[in-house]
Amino acid sequence: MTVTDNKGAVEKGPAAADLVTFTIDGVEMAVPKGTLVIRAAEQVGIQIPRFCDHPLLQPAGACRQCLVDVAMPDREGNVRPMPKPQASCTLEASPGMIVKTQHTSPVADKAQQGVMELLLINHPLDCPVCDKGGECPLQNQAMSNGRATSRFIDVKRTFPKPIAISTEILLDRERCVLCQRCTRFSKQIAGDAFIDLQKRGAQQQIGRFDPSVLGFADSSIDRWDDVDPGLVGAETPAGFAEPDESGLPFASYFSGNTVQICPVGALTGAAYRFRSRPFDLVSTPSVSEHDSSGSAIRVDHRRGTVMRRLAGDDPAVNEEWITDKDRFAFTWQSAPDRLTTPLIRERGEGGFRGELRPASWMEALDAAAAGLRAAQGADGRSAGGVGVLTGGRLTIEDSYAYAKFARVALDTNDIDFRARDHSAEEEAFLASTVAGSGIGVTFADLERASVVLLVGIEAEEEAGIVFLRLRKGALANGLKAYSIAPFATRGLARIGADGGTLLRAAPGTEAEVLDAIGSEEDLAHVRLALEGAAGAGGAIVIVGERLAAVPGGYSAALRLAQRTGARVAWIPRRAGERGALEMGALASVLPGGRPVADAAARVDLAAAWGTPSLPQASGRDTAAILAGLADGDLRAVVTGSVELGDLPDPDAARAALEVADFVVSLEVRASDVTAHADVVFPVAPPAEKAGAFWNWEGRVRPFGQALDSVAMADHRVLDAIADAMGVQLGLGTLDAVRAEIDQLGPWDGARVPAPDVSAHEPPSPVPGQAVLAGWRMLLDCGRGQDGEAFLAGTAKRPVARMSAGTAQALDLPGDGALVAVSTASGSITLPLVVTDMPHHVVWLPLNSPGSQVHRTLGVGPGAIVEVSRPDDGDTRPGSENVEGQDA
Amino acid sequence: MSDQPATTDAPHPTVLAPVLSAFWDADQSWTLETYLANGGYEGLRAALAQPPGDVVQTVKDSGLRGRGGAGFPTGMKWGFLPAPDGGPRYLVVNADESEPGTCKDIPLMLATPQFLIEGVIITSYAIGCNHAFIYVRGEVLHVYRRLLKAVEEAYAAGYLGKDIQGSGFDLDVTVHAGAGAYICGEETALLDSLEGLRGQPRLKPPFPAVAGLYARPTVVNNVESVASVPQIVARGAQWFTSMGTERSAGHGLFSLSGHVTRPGQYEAPLGITLRELLEMAGGVRGGRELKFWTPGGSSTPIFTAAHLDVPLDYESVAKAGSMLGTRALQIFDETTSVVRAVTRWTEFYAHESCGKCTPCREGTYWLKQILRRLELGQGTQTDIDTLLDTCDNILGRAFCALGDGATSCITSAIQYFREEFEAGMHTPVSELFPPERSALFDYTPKPRAVLAGTGAGGH
Repeated sequence: MTVTDNKGAVEKGPAAADLVTFTIDGVEMAVPKGTLVIRAAEQVGIQIPRFCDHPLLQPAGACRQCLVDVAMPDREGNVRPMPKPQASCTLEASPGMIVKTQHTSPVADKAQQGVMELLLINHPLDCPVCDKGGECPLQNQAMSNGRATSRFIDVKRTFPKPIAISTEILLDRERCVLCQRCTRFSKQIAGDAFIDLQKRGAQQQIGRFDPSVLGFADSSIDRWDDVDPGLVGAETPAGFAEPDESGLPFASYFSGNTVQICPVGALTGAAYRFRSRPFDLVSTPSVSEHDSSGSAIRVDHRRGTVMRRLAGDDPAVNEEWITDKDRFAFTWQSAPDRLTTPLIRERGEGGFRGELRPASWMEALDAAAAGLRAAQGADGRSAGGVGVLTGGRLTIEDSYAYAKFARVALDTNDIDFRARDHSAEEEAFLASTVAGSGIGVTFADLERASVVLLVGIEAEEEAGIVFLRLRKGALANGLKAYSIAPFATRGLARIGADGGTLLRAAPGTEAEVLDAIGSEEDLAHVRLALEGAAGAGGAIVIVGERLAAVPGGYSAALRLAQRTGARVAWIPRRAGERGALEMGALASVLPGGRPVADAAARVDLAAAWGTPSLPQASGRDTAAILAGLADGDLRAVVTGSVELGDLPDPDAARAALEVADFVVSLEVRASDVTAHADVVFPVAPPAEKAGAFWNWEGRVRPFGQALDSVAMADHRVLDAIADAMGVQLGLGTLDAVRAEIDQLGPWDGARVPAPDVSAHEPPSPVPGQAVLAGWRMLLDCGRGQDGEAFLAGTAKRPVARMSAGTAQALDLPGDGALVAVSTASGSITLPLVVTDMPHHVVWLPLNSPGSQVHRTLGVGPGAIVEVSRPDDGDTRPGSENVEGQDA
Repeated sequence: MSDQPATTDAPHPTVLAPVLSAFWDADQSWTLETYLANGGYEGLRAALAQPPGDVVQTVKDSGLRGRGGAGFPTGMKWGFLPAPDGGPRYLVVNADESEPGTCKDIPLMLATPQFLIEGVIITSYAIGCNHAFIYVRGEVLHVYRRLLKAVEEAYAAGYLGKDIQGSGFDLDVTVHAGAGAYICGEETALLDSLEGLRGQPRLKPPFPAVAGLYARPTVVNNVESVASVPQIVARGAQWFTSMGTERSAGHGLFSLSGHVTRPGQYEAPLGITLRELLEMAGGVRGGRELKFWTPGGSSTPIFTAAHLDVPLDYESVAKAGSMLGTRALQIFDETTSVVRAVTRWTEFYAHESCGKCTPCREGTYWLKQILRRLELGQGTQTDIDTLLDTCDNILGRAFCALGDGATSCITSAIQYFREEFEAGMHTPVSELFPPERSALFDYTPKPRAVLAGTGAGGH
């Protein structure tokens, strides 16, 4: 195991392609057939100016900035100059071609200068106040390939200043050079076209859906606010947005990329607009903390404040794209509720909790050490013990520290990183199949796959970059996607020109469906597809973490893979889950995939750690730790950035913490665990520490520290607590942790057997009840998005979904009618969108404004809930139902 | 429209050759009945009796070249289609005639639409197409209606539909009206527009012959080219090559417009001269002097009186520095300001630029402003150089040929009439060439709102 190497991650190059030999500026070079001249020029260090060209978008040839002089051999082999300069962004190199760029051809140079002059005649001279000024391709290339002075003395075309495309994206048409990168990105990459060219000639503009421009008869459909939510469907943003190409309000999770690829300052982000100059920014390459893709990002900061984040360029992982959450959601790290000093709570008589008070590090460390030591011992109720809950968002260094802290300092295997629905079956799946398996399925594999089956995961919402890759593979290579889900989302419909195929399944029946592939007649095509592609290594089953809530789900996925030869990829939602698993932050797994139950593995690790032995009693998982706290078997718990709202039953978790004798919390910001903690340690957010995530592929994604900070990473705090307990963990520095992880290496011994749980009978609701379905949206109430109102406006509006039959049985009038979903714990009321999905199922977003399912209902997907018309009789939603929530 | 007799006793070396316009003077010339009475659908009968390959060969042998302007050999274009793969192939007729001066297809479709329909059927048969489209310029509603009626008549008479004339060949024809964009006359923009997309030219390759309409092999032909096919098939390639020159065979409609006594369509063999045509048309209007003229519409460099004897065939016109284009001969007499004429044309190009590529979009916007200044006598010393250099920066740099066309009138006008542009630095055109002098009748112009300053915004 190694922190910095990505051995095995090297992508295999394409098979030796036919090479084409041609000459560019006197340099003879050989490139694969089909290479564009502009790309080939880059390889020999010749930069041809360009605007519309983008390596990841299809050529447009619109801006004409990249003109070069070309001569080609004719049929007899005589090299003849082409009559016109050619756009090098659309011209493929061909054998014997002779290309002269601006460096060697006066014709090309003049052509480029001419185009540049024309581009500038209608471009406003607002560089001094433009966000792009200083990093602007137009500005830079006007310097390098333009005339020093303009001959244009006439009147410039003007437009009113920016249009708000959404709450996040602003469009300044005057600055636009009409390169169509944004429109091509949204059509070709994200598949959610929202702006397009309008009008023509000099009045041509990137535009929104504007009835006054387009001359629509129904000019009342101007702002979507006026539109019946039932009419516009469900996947609409919470905030104001311009209608997209389909006439619906524009909703995209990837719109921020258009701001980054805009070669001028025409598209800007509301959050960053006018905030800083690029030359004042310090950039730190980093990795996004928001999902398990491990997207490369660039953190731009100024005087200790993060000003913006951009997509990094990592062809193996996220190419050049990130989700809007990756890009815009960073203010959570500097939110007002950041913890800055350790806190201690004194307990009164009978465990009565007092107020938290600031304390010195020494005092807090001693208090934590004393409390944990005491809790390890027996009291009247139990033999004592401490559990460790680490959440799923930590770096590998931090997860490793928790794993070692639990085993060495607390002498327990009671550790679990899963702050979500989880099961013993899942633990066996992870320990047997995922942990220590290194890099398995990669993004490139997804792109090249022929067939991908998704189960327990909604790619666009839960792993945006995976979605983009699947879409790319479908469009470029004909990948076929199948999704086992209750309904076909807009995301699934965009995987490929014709969309992915839905294998309709009510929650809880996913395992049955998986098992039925191969035995059921109507699913035979899926089996055939998987088997057909498996031989070529092109069949992949993607399992998401939500499958943990389905008994037999993981087992059925493994059985299917075995039957068909497909490969399995586990794609969790959170950034730290794969790393936590690899680092042993799970009861049955030690670092490197070593099974706790395996004595040899324990001995191996104990030797490495220099401890006489490691605990061998099987540990508790999250649910058991909370139950242990509740019934007194465990006396204390150490938590690492756990959100109670993430847990299947937050109320029960809160009650467990309430009765715990001692709670130590390591957190960036005050949370609902803080309210129950006895000692709270502030830890550093990702921007203020260095570390690494392991993305779902198993690829190590190290990142550097962006901001100077006194905040300490979790591993350093844990090292100090252990020190106060008299245990030397040796994890005080990042280098020490990494060295230790490197030295451990992977486990090559026996593994935990794979689970083989058979599918359970799904719950059967009676009239008035339904089975709950749901997942978390990319943009929701997650605390990682706190403080970013512009981003929150682009989140999808929370709605409830039901089949027409189910809605009818409840006497609901249809789309837009309010429906109440309740349990004994509480009730959620949302507008209904009638959806083609199984009967007796209701779908809710799990953590969106007005729909915080775990928190309010105390149950998760697969549970039986009550559904009804709300009492007030008003079945039309008012705007107050969806607005004004914590954005 | 002028109806000229097929023969004339005037001692002209070249006489008119009315084929498509042969019975435009017939009563209700546009009906199928009239068409049949004048030998209509003989070509189709002949075509259906031979294998499609033979029809293609006949057209190749005839040397018919595209009548839409570029002059690409029609038969060769058909031959570019890949071998049939079982999927659909399309014929698309480009009837989006919208260039200033060009006015041949619209009268043809109005007077004898059945020529086009028969041509469509024969062409479709030759290339293996079962669904042909006619993309008509949207502004000419009367032509659209007439075409619809003609198609209806052809269906009713069994010339369209299933099993045409018992041959087993099926063909459907869709007449589609454009929405008013010059760019949609560019064949790939036309295809995009026909598919319901924004009409902007496509990147080539792939060429339409390989991936055209709906990404299927497609032939895009001009109205006149397709309408010429029936008679070629009926009378043979030799009949066709007996007209015109060796490399510019056959007959073509020459559209005389402007300051000419009898404007109209003059169908003649290629290679006729303007001098001959002008004589047939009664000379320049009012006995005035010819000042300049366009050989093929506003996109072709202008000619002057010095070019009266240039044979109007593809090669000779090109040799003389222009293009035969669409044979739209716009005649301007000496009362006309070339600056004003060029400014109007440039305004057209600025208005019709599709906006896709920088040179055409921004260049025409700039050219228009400079020319408007010159027209007002408010030019600067550098304006002519700027005009020429900007034209140079557009010509051959634009995405499609329409950008090139926008520069032709400016560069050629400066070539022949530079002094008029120089006068634009101090004297308004309205003083040098009072518009009332060009009028057909007594006319006193109203004082026009001064254009200066409003020039830029006037879109």
